[in-house]
Amino acid sequence: MKISTARRLAQIFFFSVFLWLVLVASVGTGWTQWRGWPIAWFLQLDPLAAVGTALTTHSLHPGLAWALVTIVLTILFGRVFCGFACPFGAIHQFVGWLGRHVRRPKDKMAANAYRPAQSIKYYLLAAMLGAAALSVGNAFVGALQTGLLDPIPLVHRSFNLVVLPAADLAAGSRFPGGRYATGAALIGGVFLATVLLNLWMPRFYCRFVCPLGALLGLFARRSPWGIGKTGAKCIECGLCDVDCEGACNPMGPIRTSECLMCMNCLDTCPGSKPLAYLPRPSQGGEITDYGVTRRGFLAAAVGGLAVAPLARIGGARTGWSPALIRPPGSVAEEEFLARCIKCCECVRVCPTNVLQPATTEHGWGALWTPALNNRMGTSGCQLNCIACGQACPTGAIRPLTLGEKEGRGDFASAGPVRIGLAGVDRGRCLPWAMERPCIVCQENCPVTPKAIYVSEIVQTVRDGVYEVDSADGANLRLRNARLSPGQYASGDYECKLAGDDRGRAILANTGDTLTVDTASSPPGQVAPGSAAEVQIRLQRPVVDPALCIGCGVCEHECPMNGLRAIRVTADNETRDPGHAILLAPGVAGNRSLSPT
Amino acid sequence: MNEPTPALAPDPATTRRAFLRRSLEAGAAIAATGGLAAWLWNRHPPGTLGRGAPASLMPDFSVRDAGAKMAIVTGADRVRTLRRALDAMGGIGRFIKPGDRVLLKVNAAFAAPAILSATTNPELAAELVRLCHAAGASAVLVTDNPINDPESCFALSGIGAAASAAGATVVLPRPGDFAPLTLPGGRLIRNWPVLHEPFRGVTKLIGVAPVKHHARAGASMTIKNWYGLLGGRRNQFHQDINGIIVELSQLVRPTFVVLDGTMSMLTNGPTGGSLADLKPTHTLVVSTDPVAADSFGATLLGRTSRDLPYLARAAQLGGGTTDYESLRPARDDVS
Repeated sequence: MKISTARRLAQIFFFSVFLWLVLVASVGTGWTQWRGWPIAWFLQLDPLAAVGTALTTHSLHPGLAWALVTIVLTILFGRVFCGFACPFGAIHQFVGWLGRHVRRPKDKMAANAYRPAQSIKYYLLAAMLGAAALSVGNAFVGALQTGLLDPIPLVHRSFNLVVLPAADLAAGSRFPGGRYATGAALIGGVFLATVLLNLWMPRFYCRFVCPLGALLGLFARRSPWGIGKTGAKCIECGLCDVDCEGACNPMGPIRTSECLMCMNCLDTCPGSKPLAYLPRPSQGGEITDYGVTRRGFLAAAVGGLAVAPLARIGGARTGWSPALIRPPGSVAEEEFLARCIKCCECVRVCPTNVLQPATTEHGWGALWTPALNNRMGTSGCQLNCIACGQACPTGAIRPLTLGEKEGRGDFASAGPVRIGLAGVDRGRCLPWAMERPCIVCQENCPVTPKAIYVSEIVQTVRDGVYEVDSADGANLRLRNARLSPGQYASGDYECKLAGDDRGRAILANTGDTLTVDTASSPPGQVAPGSAAEVQIRLQRPVVDPALCIGCGVCEHECPMNGLRAIRVTADNETRDPGHAILLAPGVAGNRSLSPT
Repeated sequence: MNEPTPALAPDPATTRRAFLRRSLEAGAAIAATGGLAAWLWNRHPPGTLGRGAPASLMPDFSVRDAGAKMAIVTGADRVRTLRRALDAMGGIGRFIKPGDRVLLKVNAAFAAPAILSATTNPELAAELVRLCHAAGASAVLVTDNPINDPESCFALSGIGAAASAAGATVVLPRPGDFAPLTLPGGRLIRNWPVLHEPFRGVTKLIGVAPVKHHARAGASMTIKNWYGLLGGRRNQFHQDINGIIVELSQLVRPTFVVLDGTMSMLTNGPTGGSLADLKPTHTLVVSTDPVAADSFGATLLGRTSRDLPYLARAAQLGGGTTDYESLRPARDDVS
């Protein structure tokens, strides 16, 4: 078997594994569901995720140790990850092949010539790692923005939020209501652009943009094995460039850091086969620099370094967005941004689709990080669910147990994990502001005892003061009344007569007559001309901040369809003690939170 | 002929031919445009709609010759109380005939485990499925349009797995499964999206619901359970909760209902969330009259039908009777 055939089979294999792992990433125990599949495996293999988070947090998150496998293989054998394993690379190579197989060898050789612009990816890497590197004590936490362009999170994000939901939409099979992602146009647009650029130039993204490729290029620079010349006679025909994926000039001197290990040159090299995969150095010479100037590299790194302090000056700490609700188990915001690689695995596995990729509403740094949008999804953050934390490959969302999330067992004294706090907008709430019964929010509050309780009030309705014209048992005829029949018959209205200390339930009404309940207390003599007030009994929702966990079911269910009359903000979220609002946490009114 | 005609010295013959050809082309283009416009012509542009699309009606699923029947059986084992209650009513064969396609409307509103009794008990639902099959039903469908995420609701409540294992088809509602429906004489259910697709070909309808406290409605039992057939922004109906429950009692005429008061949710309803919200009341009711079932159910919550205004109004409109004793319910005990 030719080595390029083996490479193709490896690409098909790894791409299939990738596809399987994103396909099964939905909560469930079936074998086509998450079950125990290592859905974040490719993300854990990603050295840029490991290096980036190591720079920002000064620690290596356990699962990311997989990246060592990639790094060691790269140090020894060159960028075999790019050529054999990278699922994004496989897409690029396939689309590039589709686009170029009609062209003449001369054009293909020209397209695959090395270009100085291939150094751009190293500058991008320098800027990103520079931004990540500036973690100085408590003053600054570095900004991790590798996820914007890191191909592994990028391809996961694209498949999780755009490609698979689009397939779902078309097939209508997996999720009854479909899956939605805010800003899908941007996520999908970036993905499409990177893929379609292969039609113009093969492996465009890998050659010019990919910061992971740049990082692996650093590791591959002096790899003991690689593509090189054996010393056999080379007629310098240039045919090795025809299908060269990396544009690394295999005819020599080869640019070792650019070589993607596609092995195509070994096939197209004619005659006495002067090219081989061999212990290096190559007899044809090697270029081990990256086409990067010292001045340019410093400029990029310093530019990156400035990101964190600039974000700080921009008010990232004091001006935090109260609308930013992070999933349960999230670490405090600064560390969250230092860990999140924007892969959107959490968004994908969220069973209610309430977890959404942020656009820029919470600041540029939060782009494509997970945030709850309670108006979207099927029903807020589900009480009995810890999927997002289990899916997170970098510890931005801690893997909670159900006990910790709900504050049971060992966590009873800590109480449940709060992701925010609901607040009633009394200017929009139907019973508070508009004299109409509702309390849908109270009904749906999943906490026990309910974090939303009701304050009951009886108030006279608009134009509700009448004079009794005549009374006949339960029927009160009103003077000058023009009611619409049944208007007060919903069971929420009462009629308070002069002398009564409380109203009687109205059972029915015609245009001018009320029928009131007389079973509980028979009416006394109602004198014509005496006052009768139509009153409404309203239950008005009130939130107990000691019980509310911020799950957002209330906000999702609120019938004020546009701007909801009850909304969750990040106030009182557990993850940041600085956001606490209560004097004595853990005490709900006069109730203790831990049942005895 | 194909060369461009000189602009200043036209050949008259060629010009005439070219002119005719162009005229024909123009005529064809005009005809095509006019035809397309006629094809797309909207006879009912926004603003001139009538009172809505013609309403479809929900069939009456009650069994005429069964009459009003009710059985109240005490005991902690739902399978045994259900079987005994149905036996006391003459056996499930009086209601489900061979070849019937049965729809079982469960309460799967919340993504909560069965032990919290916020949803229909999965063993009870499964036993109903088995009994229907035993009576010769050709198919049994189980459905609800829950409040929480549908998939999670059917998974966590255990209803999905239990019903499937018993041989039922579990139907999770999709956006296209709803159709506008108008209750004749109704005030609230007018051109409102109601779960439609699972009803296709269905000949019998059974409702099965737990007994639960409900702050707005007083209690949620078998009639309130039909709320789960509504789609759209149904939360608006909380502005007139009694009105919507009364209309649901008129809209839905089931074959029979099962009211599960084995564990009653006394507080924190309808979500519950704690065993402390539950009280073992160890009673199960099967009734062809949902108003009677719920009137009895109110007593399990320490209330009467008078505390639930919708019951008297539903009875007034022919939905049943609040005086459940008038049905001479069969009573038994299997504890």
